Amino acid sequence: MTNTVSEEKKDRTKSLTRKLYKNHVGSKIIRVLVWGAAVISAAILIFLIGYIIIKGVPNLRLSLFEWEYNSENVTMLPAILNTLEMTVLTLLIAVPVGIFSAVYMVEYAKRGSKIVKIVRLTSETLQGIPSIVYGLFGYILFVLTCGWRYSMIAGVCTLAIMVLPLIMRTTEEALLAIPDSYREGSFGLGAGKLRTVFKIVLPSAVPGIFAGIILAIGRIVGETAALIYTSGSGTNFTGNITDSSRTLAVHLYCLYNEGLYMEESYATAFVLLVMVVGINALSSFIAKKITKK
Amino acid sequence: MTNQKLKPEKKKRYISVKETGMKILFLICALASIVAVIVICLFLFAKGFPAIGEIGIFKFIFGTTWKPSAEIFGIFPMIVGSIYVTAGAIIIGVPLALLCAAFLAKFCPPKLYRILKPAINLMAGIPSIVYGFFGLVFIVPLMQTITGGSGKGIITASILLGIMILPTVIGVAESAIRAVPDSYYEGSLALGATHERSVFAVIFPAAKSGIFAGVILGVGRAIGETMAVIMVAGNQEILPESILSGVRTMTANIVIEMAYSEVGSLHQNALIATGVVLFVFILLINISFSLLKRREKS
Repeated sequence: MTNTVSEEKKDRTKSLTRKLYKNHVGSKIIRVLVWGAAVISAAILIFLIGYIIIKGVPNLRLSLFEWEYNSENVTMLPAILNTLEMTVLTLLIAVPVGIFSAVYMVEYAKRGSKIVKIVRLTSETLQGIPSIVYGLFGYILFVLTCGWRYSMIAGVCTLAIMVLPLIMRTTEEALLAIPDSYREGSFGLGAGKLRTVFKIVLPSAVPGIFAGIILAIGRIVGETAALIYTSGSGTNFTGNITDSSRTLAVHLYCLYNEGLYMEESYATAFVLLVMVVGINALSSFIAKKITKK
Repeated sequence: MTNQKLKPEKKKRYISVKETGMKILFLICALASIVAVIVICLFLFAKGFPAIGEIGIFKFIFGTTWKPSAEIFGIFPMIVGSIYVTAGAIIIGVPLALLCAAFLAKFCPPKLYRILKPAINLMAGIPSIVYGFFGLVFIVPLMQTITGGSGKGIITASILLGIMILPTVIGVAESAIRAVPDSYYEGSLALGATHERSVFAVIFPAAKSGIFAGVILGVGRAIGETMAVIMVAGNQEILPESILSGVRTMTANIVIEMAYSEVGSLHQNALIATGVVLFVFILLINISFSLLKRREKS
């Protein structure tokens, strides 16, 4: 009995809605537009990735992962190794500084303090600066003024400044999400501020911090404009921080610039895309784990 | 565990030294971003301003000829190029992005959302050099067959940049739409408006400053974009005649010519000055973005 009543109700709402939409053609058009926009955006992404995969995979050859770079074989292995080195070194600088500054902002600074406001403003400014401006700055300061020439370390320093606000912000958010009861409990047991930060607060914020670090890795791996004039385009992997060395993204730009290596460019773009997609998947996987908690 | 062997007073002092020491270290790290902004401004301005002074600010910004070999440095074509390309990206990207944001916030079934949202995030993560490469190998030939020209130019760059700013604008606009209280939407429905009408005539106006902030962030992305634009914009350093003609943006100018400019020459400093002009543009955009965000909060 009740079932039929609710069913009748449903039918009535349905017919009412239908009537409503009959009188509002505009709404129908907008609904189509909204769905269309979503489909187009998704299609663009799928097409872009699909295109790079289809064109890239057939051009992958084992020789592209050989050790020696020369004009006959523009191997990308040195560039991949350089990218790894660049990522590790940049994180070594940016992660401690970013985490410590977030700790100061959340745990130490008084609420509404001037320093916090200024730091927030400057880190927002840093996030908005285009990478080419970072590149120019790194060129002037590290390459010219410090006299480091085109070198891995000049690129590392430039990128460290670039990803610093990203790590700061994500760490800050992670710290803010930790309930005050954790801190109070720790203080109540007689722990000092420092011990509370390192033993209680930071360990509970690890997943959030980790997600931020992975985002930073994504930016480092994909960065080109900030590196062309800081770490330069040295083709070999030496591991030496004073040598000019190209990352994979810069390698792709150099191939484009020379204009001779179309097939290799496709393969390089594919490898770069795979790396970035992998990094992104990892970060959203971790983010999902956090929200599940 | 050396501090356990110390006498209680000494231990206390040791701990307090450690506490204050670390506090100072944290503070220094927090100041790092302030220092970074100051140092970036100082070094860019120290190199850029003398060059602008030497060339003459009016000649530099409004000069329509860029000929480094003849020591003529006018970046007006590049400024125009940057503005055209950015405007194009906004015209193409923003309507799509806003509709998408509305879809994600108010139309999307939860199951689809779980796929679509990470996909949009992925779009933000793809490096600009890969976008540029895609533009070069796909959009440029496509434009060639459609228009019969070189395929590189304002319109191609606008399409590519329009795609690239999508995730930025969608992200900010979506959270602005979600921040509007549900009672607005429900009230509108109760008055007999359709779902679509409620979203676009009630929620959108309520979220407009947040949405606008997203658009401005997109403008910042587009104007600062370098690698993708270089590969598809054609890079001619002259004033464009139509939307099909090639342009060089400020960012492209820097990357292309830094490679062969002599260290310390007026040419190189003029390029750094181009960076300064770009930086000023970005600062203005940033300021208006944070003003809008503040207004949204209040």
